[in-house]
Amino acid sequence: MITDYENSQDRTGLKNERTFASRNFWSGFLFGIGFVAFIDETFFHQLLRWHHFYDKSTTDIGLISDGLFHALSWFATIAGLFLLADLRRRNGYWLKRWLAGLFIGAGGFQLYDGIIQHKLMRIHQIRYVDNVITYDVIWNIIAVIILLFGIYLTILTRNKHHNVGDTANER
Amino acid sequence: MNDNNEVHHIAGIRHVNLINDYSQLLFLLLFSMLLILYISAVIRTNRHYKTWPLYRSACFIFGICCALLAVVGPLANRAMMDFTAHMVSHLLLGMLAPLLICIAAPMTLVLRTLSIPLARRLTKILRSWPLRFVTHPIVTTFLNIGGLWLLYTTNLYSLMHSNSLLHLVVHFHVFLAGYVFTISIIYFDPMFHRKSFIYRAIVFIFALAGHGILSKYIYAHPPEGVPLQQAEYGSKMMYYGGDVIDAIIIFILCWQWYKTARPRIEEPFGKSKRIREQQADSV
Repeated sequence: MITDYENSQDRTGLKNERTFASRNFWSGFLFGIGFVAFIDETFFHQLLRWHHFYDKSTTDIGLISDGLFHALSWFATIAGLFLLADLRRRNGYWLKRWLAGLFIGAGGFQLYDGIIQHKLMRIHQIRYVDNVITYDVIWNIIAVIILLFGIYLTILTRNKHHNVGDTANER
Repeated sequence: MNDNNEVHHIAGIRHVNLINDYSQLLFLLLFSMLLILYISAVIRTNRHYKTWPLYRSACFIFGICCALLAVVGPLANRAMMDFTAHMVSHLLLGMLAPLLICIAAPMTLVLRTLSIPLARRLTKILRSWPLRFVTHPIVTTFLNIGGLWLLYTTNLYSLMHSNSLLHLVVHFHVFLAGYVFTISIIYFDPMFHRKSFIYRAIVFIFALAGHGILSKYIYAHPPEGVPLQQAEYGSKMMYYGGDVIDAIIIFILCWQWYKTARPRIEEPFGKSKRIREQQADSV
């Protein structure tokens, strides 16, 4: 789909996606944060009921951090999608760059949630069982993989138009 | 000791019921008057100007209904004793009703109803510094969220249920603070000191966070006289109910940005320049 788009005859589309490279990234980034928060809320809080709404060992700073990130992710989901709509109407949507932002936002937020919010601020644990450390390790490894993939995509889509060797077709 | 408390309690309930009746009557009169004024203004001005959009009238009617549901009738009575019902009524009175009334653009309607000299005088008042101050997003956030913190973390909540005047003031405050907060974030009515979208978005995120943190705080630290079970239900109601209404506000804010930020034909990107040249050639 990406290659189809890039090989299409629409040269203005090709031009605009570079112009709006950073907007593509931030749109994906915001939506990534919101998407992870959405999965967290839907699966871990509501469906599996592993997470607790409020754990009595939550620190004050944990409560504040949780509140701020919840508000941010709620806003980011909607704002990220509006930015995406804006990119499309400007003919500047660039899926690969958008996904780069999405994975960095998602992985970064999950890592923050897994290490700082769950462990340091003790908002709540992933699951209330004895060997919770297994859950923590898996949680954070997945976060790191998502984050690294996002970074890889970011590098892949960075400053391509400055590469002197590329011809227009290769781009 | 226990019996004595119970006697006091029953006397308290009777006293509270009396207060409740008076304040309910007052709210009923006030909100019905607003509704009558709005509808008659719509009918009057439709004769001279273009038709007032139906969705605005509908929003106003629904908004008034929400506010009335919160302060008059069975829910309001239950709210005196049940914290969860109290939370539902506050969501209706402080969030949903202000949002619907904000969409109904009442100030625009007032301005088109008044004669030109009177409307000019009104806009002068709206531009004045006290109103400018009171509709600044940061100030409205403190009025709205700060007021809620004051209500639920001090003994104001239990005082409210034994003092008629306080009960009235708190409910007025919840409604008015909710209204000024909503109009300071999303613009349907004329606003004389507009803030950028990003400014309002950041203030809104902090307000939303303040609301969420308070809900979780109530979960663990119930206000005076509220049983733990009710506090837990009420707190979840406040958290998730608030999220739903806030999502609507975020959607409207982003949608207004989307409309404002639409690409203009003069923009240096895309085909605009080529199109203009082609158009010039064809002429």
